[in-house]
Amino acid sequence: MNIPIVSLSDAGKSYNDLDVLKSVTMQLNQGEVMGLFGHNGAGKTTIMKLILGVISPSRGKVEVMGMAPDSKEAWHSRSKVGYLPENVSFYEQLTGLEVLSYFTKLKGFTNKKAKKQAIDLLEQVGITHAMKRQVKTYSKGMRQRLGLAQAFIGEPKLLLLDEPTVGLDPIATRDFYKTVDQLKSNGSSVILCSHVLPGVEQHIDRAMILSTGQLLAMGTLAELRQQAALPVAIKPSGLNGSVANDNKLNRFLTANCPDTLMVPEQEKLTVLSQLLNHEGLADLHVESANLEQVYQHFLSLTENSLQEPLLQVKGATS
Amino acid sequence: MRQIFTVANKEFHDGLRNRWLISITLIFALLSIGLTYFGAAASGAVGVASLSTTVASLASLSVFLIPLIALLLSYDSFVGEQESGTLLLLLTYPLSKSQLLLGKFIGQGSIIALATLLGFGASAVLLYFQLGDIEVLTSFSIFIFSAILLGLSFTAISYLISLSVSEKSKAAGFALITWFLFALAFDLALLALLVGVEQGISQNGLTQLMMLNPTDIFRLVNLAGLDNSDVNGVLSVAINASLPQEQLIAALLAWVVLPLTLAIFIFKRKKL
Repeated sequence: MNIPIVSLSDAGKSYNDLDVLKSVTMQLNQGEVMGLFGHNGAGKTTIMKLILGVISPSRGKVEVMGMAPDSKEAWHSRSKVGYLPENVSFYEQLTGLEVLSYFTKLKGFTNKKAKKQAIDLLEQVGITHAMKRQVKTYSKGMRQRLGLAQAFIGEPKLLLLDEPTVGLDPIATRDFYKTVDQLKSNGSSVILCSHVLPGVEQHIDRAMILSTGQLLAMGTLAELRQQAALPVAIKPSGLNGSVANDNKLNRFLTANCPDTLMVPEQEKLTVLSQLLNHEGLADLHVESANLEQVYQHFLSLTENSLQEPLLQVKGATS
Repeated sequence: MRQIFTVANKEFHDGLRNRWLISITLIFALLSIGLTYFGAAASGAVGVASLSTTVASLASLSVFLIPLIALLLSYDSFVGEQESGTLLLLLTYPLSKSQLLLGKFIGQGSIIALATLLGFGASAVLLYFQLGDIEVLTSFSIFIFSAILLGLSFTAISYLISLSVSEKSKAAGFALITWFLFALAFDLALLALLVGVEQGISQNGLTQLMMLNPTDIFRLVNLAGLDNSDVNGVLSVAINASLPQEQLIAALLAWVVLPLTLAIFIFKRKKL
């Protein structure tokens, strides 16, 4: 039985009376990529800080590689953890190479090796041409790449990336995901926070959706889809409105998209075979609910249920 | 230990890059050479003034300058990194808070120490060649040593400020107030106490009170050994009841160690 890289059991964090994070239980295994989604203030950064050991949990237990990350024993495992903060501006007056060498040395590399490692990493993120320039001359995308290079120091076993693709152009984003896939195949585990949902799907194994410090849903994308029971969109073409006259099919049509059938996942195949019987069917477009829709679904669920506890809190404080 | 050295090295190079070292050295050198040669101008003569006059004027000027420079150099060490997000990042590294703080202290402290040594040392050497008196070197080495301690003390104090506030501009404000309180207001208050309250305070009590201010300890260290004629104000009262030199130096050293320890304590409890 291999030990999970990260395990949170009923972990929570409060500042004074404010629960920033209610109780969260999760595990991250070796070589797994977890997406962490939620809007601002949902507790994503708090979870990351707990895992990094920068703050200690108010309740419950946090373990990283079998140790509490805020303890003294975990000291050495810190060099195996990479972190990209959401908003970081590196020392502006230093050059990119100097910044990266500094961080590499702090991760425990000797002076000589640090410089080589730094140059290799800068090459990996594609900013070797600017490594002798001061960071203040860097564009937003270059700064982000520098931050990523910093997170990749020392082939980390665990990577925590807060909004890694912000400011990156499409090619750099593709390169970034390539690196993530590569790290994953080397056995690294990754936790990825993002607002930009399209494009993330195929790179994550599981997703966690958070809202106001509460875990709303967790699982693989397929599991989440099933849980959300979101319909599959089937778009036939070449039928010229004969679907509307078909008694078995027209109940799946909705008013706002008259050409598209919204079919529950379990009836997908029946509907498809019925559609195939129609003459004149030219093409079929089948689309499962994407991450964004799943995310929206879970958020809309809580928006209704959250109203009540909010009112209770108000009543309690007044 | 290596982590401390890495941080210290970076801070020291920052000091070189920002031209801090060269500017502080130049300020100190010009000031001390100027005072050495023209210190006697007030009494009508241009040329090398007497040793005690020189050290007295240097000490009275340094007492304003050194704390100001130290505060300026270090007030944003932590709050600045906190604002740019690198503080949080550094703390996820295998680097403890006390290592980071001590590293910064060694790096920035070296800038101050080196500038003091070079700047004032230049005029010490110059004066030594002019006067050919070995006493020049001894009194200057005490002066330089205590000036370094004063600088380190205010570096530690500025860490306290930098760790206690959450905005850089606030830290700058507090640094200015701290400087004003220690370098100016404290002495005025002492003087008021001395003059205003009859039999309120003994000479001994006054000296004890002065231990609460590192700038006053620095003054006592440097002026106690000199002719009384060069010293006036509260100091001349205190000097008569002065403590031995070693005790004064120890007190100044405590003013380095205590704020530094307190800064580590505050840093450890700081919410990030």
